Amino acid sequence: MQVVCPGGSGELVAAALIIGLSNGALIALIALGYTLVYGIIELINFSHGDLFMLGTFVALTVLAALGLEGGAAETPWLALIAAILAAMVFCGVLNMLAERIAYRRLRNAPRLAPLISAIGVSFIYINIGLFWRGPSPIPFPDLLPDFEFVRAITGADTLITFTTKDAFIIATAIPLMLGLGWVIKNTTMGKAMRAVAQDREMALQVGIDVDKVISFTFLLGGLLAGAAAVMHGLYNGNTVFTLGFTAGLKAFTAAVLGGIGNVTGAALGGFLLGILGAMTVTCYGGEWENVGVFTLLVVILVFRPTGLLGEETPER
Amino acid sequence: MKILGRLPVPRLPDMSDADQKRAAIFLGALAFAIAYPFIEGMFGLRLQTKLIPVLLFIVLALGLNVVVGFAGLLDLGYAAFFAIGAYTVAFMTSSESPFAFTDTSPMNFWLAMIVAAIVAGIFGVLLGAPTLRLRGDYLAIVTLGFGEIVPLVIRNAHEVTKGTQGMKPIGFPELPFVKWGFATEPWYFLVLGILLLSIFLTSRLQRSRIGRAWMAIREDEVAASSIGINPVTTKLFAFSLGASFSGFAGSVWASYLQVISPDQFQFSVSIFVLLMIVIGGMGNIPGVIVGGLILGGFDRVLTDAISGALRTLGSTFDIAFLREADISRARTLIYGTALVALMLVRPEGILPSARRKMELHAAEEDEGEAAQQRETLFESQR
Repeated sequence: MQVVCPGGSGELVAAALIIGLSNGALIALIALGYTLVYGIIELINFSHGDLFMLGTFVALTVLAALGLEGGAAETPWLALIAAILAAMVFCGVLNMLAERIAYRRLRNAPRLAPLISAIGVSFIYINIGLFWRGPSPIPFPDLLPDFEFVRAITGADTLITFTTKDAFIIATAIPLMLGLGWVIKNTTMGKAMRAVAQDREMALQVGIDVDKVISFTFLLGGLLAGAAAVMHGLYNGNTVFTLGFTAGLKAFTAAVLGGIGNVTGAALGGFLLGILGAMTVTCYGGEWENVGVFTLLVVILVFRPTGLLGEETPER
Repeated sequence: MKILGRLPVPRLPDMSDADQKRAAIFLGALAFAIAYPFIEGMFGLRLQTKLIPVLLFIVLALGLNVVVGFAGLLDLGYAAFFAIGAYTVAFMTSSESPFAFTDTSPMNFWLAMIVAAIVAGIFGVLLGAPTLRLRGDYLAIVTLGFGEIVPLVIRNAHEVTKGTQGMKPIGFPELPFVKWGFATEPWYFLVLGILLLSIFLTSRLQRSRIGRAWMAIREDEVAASSIGINPVTTKLFAFSLGASFSGFAGSVWASYLQVISPDQFQFSVSIFVLLMIVIGGMGNIPGVIVGGLILGGFDRVLTDAISGALRTLGSTFDIAFLREADISRARTLIYGTALVALMLVRPEGILPSARRKMELHAAEEDEGEAAQQRETLFESQR
């Protein structure tokens, strides 16, 4: 253990595994937004991470409006659900609007044009975040009960922790992912999405309203990012306007790791990346986390650009 | 335009009127640039220190233009090579360098400059060789990741790079009869000279065999490789050449600032340079220069001026909102909006090359056609 991981014992590694699982669930939710959009129009939606950042701000604003900014004695479940819904709707609608304004007209332009446009949208979001809540990190109210499962059940004094926060993230993220899978697999809209992803021209020929399907895809991606935003705030206890850049890059790495365009792959990649990140922090220290993540990104793209579950896609 | 025609521009036998006009504009601008330090006092301006970074960033933009404009490879980590160049010079000439030889005999700056360009070029090859086989947008993300890794490693490897404290002092250029130090004129002319050299090199490259090969690859990789152009080596050459341009500019930047730290090489620098060429017109050298002047001028000169004007306005009419106006806070908002708007309205930039313009508008016509097809389809269904 000491050779691979100079900073940690077996117990610490197990603790990191659990942290990684919760972080991974968040990364996976954001990664799904990248992979859905890429799968359908082959655009790396560069602004997605910053959309997530704006989602945390919306959640904060809703919680503040309900008088919960300083925290609460009892867990206000209804308020939490309201905050999650508000952030989800906000991110979903904003993502749809961005598609309508900044990407739709460029759908048949050379590949770089919509990507540059997405970078522009990302910059706009960042600056909105800066104007909205200023440059310094903002504390997020600590609303979930602080119950510690491992110690309560085993009674042992251990470094391994599994709190209500971890449980909350996993209990929210997994149903959302399953729900997404159901929508894609069983609804008419989901079927249309798969058709457009396979062959846009052909989908058009059989009478699918391609614009509507693409809008819907952006909506779905935004909804998931909004949910992830609230969970991120509750789990990590703060947010800042620069949050989106690294969160987005991590999520994109996860999507690529799983095989971009592949929904199951994005979820898998998210969990793997979360665990890898937490391990790097435990073993080599927090300042090396992003170096590890980005190095992984470069390595996968170089050696297996199709990712773990992806298929070969030809150059357009 | 007849006046320009009568200027005593040396008329080469194969120069068309348009070329002659361009040469006249270029020579006029050059004469102005050379005379500027001597005449700015007459207008009560003191912008030389602000112009030096603008000119140097145009050098960067010209290098990135080789990668993005000529070869069509989107490089989002260009600042990483800038950092590599800057730190190479620091390692070669600074007393804080991890190498022992700099304590007694630091390397001559001119030599260090060349070393910096070569080292950055080597990093370009190392990163490019495995990644250039990938599709375009994957390359963008790999370079983006690389652009993040380099400043992070510089920050974390404190023993070697002094981390966020930064490395200082860095060697000065040396020339006989010129006193280097904190006087601005020598710097101004050095950077202007480098800019001219870059313009010369890139415009020669554009018209060379390799330049035409880049263009062919950008427009249709399959067709290009079927007529015998090796796409990987051709792209790799563009990529590493761009990287060594960036390293070269980085070496001058380090010496000019005298202190370098990882924060100076963030993602926003890469985007800033990219924006210069997008605004000006990808692939067109005069366009890139114009874009660089507009954006650099806006960033270094106009933001302060506009904020100042707004504040004066605010205090005269007693508007609290304007009194504390500082549009540098809205900088990313302005850049972001500019990027989106440009892509939507004029994706070819202000001064595009004719070829680029054609490509982009051909796509638009396709779109028009597709939309029409869609209409008829939906009509016939009803």
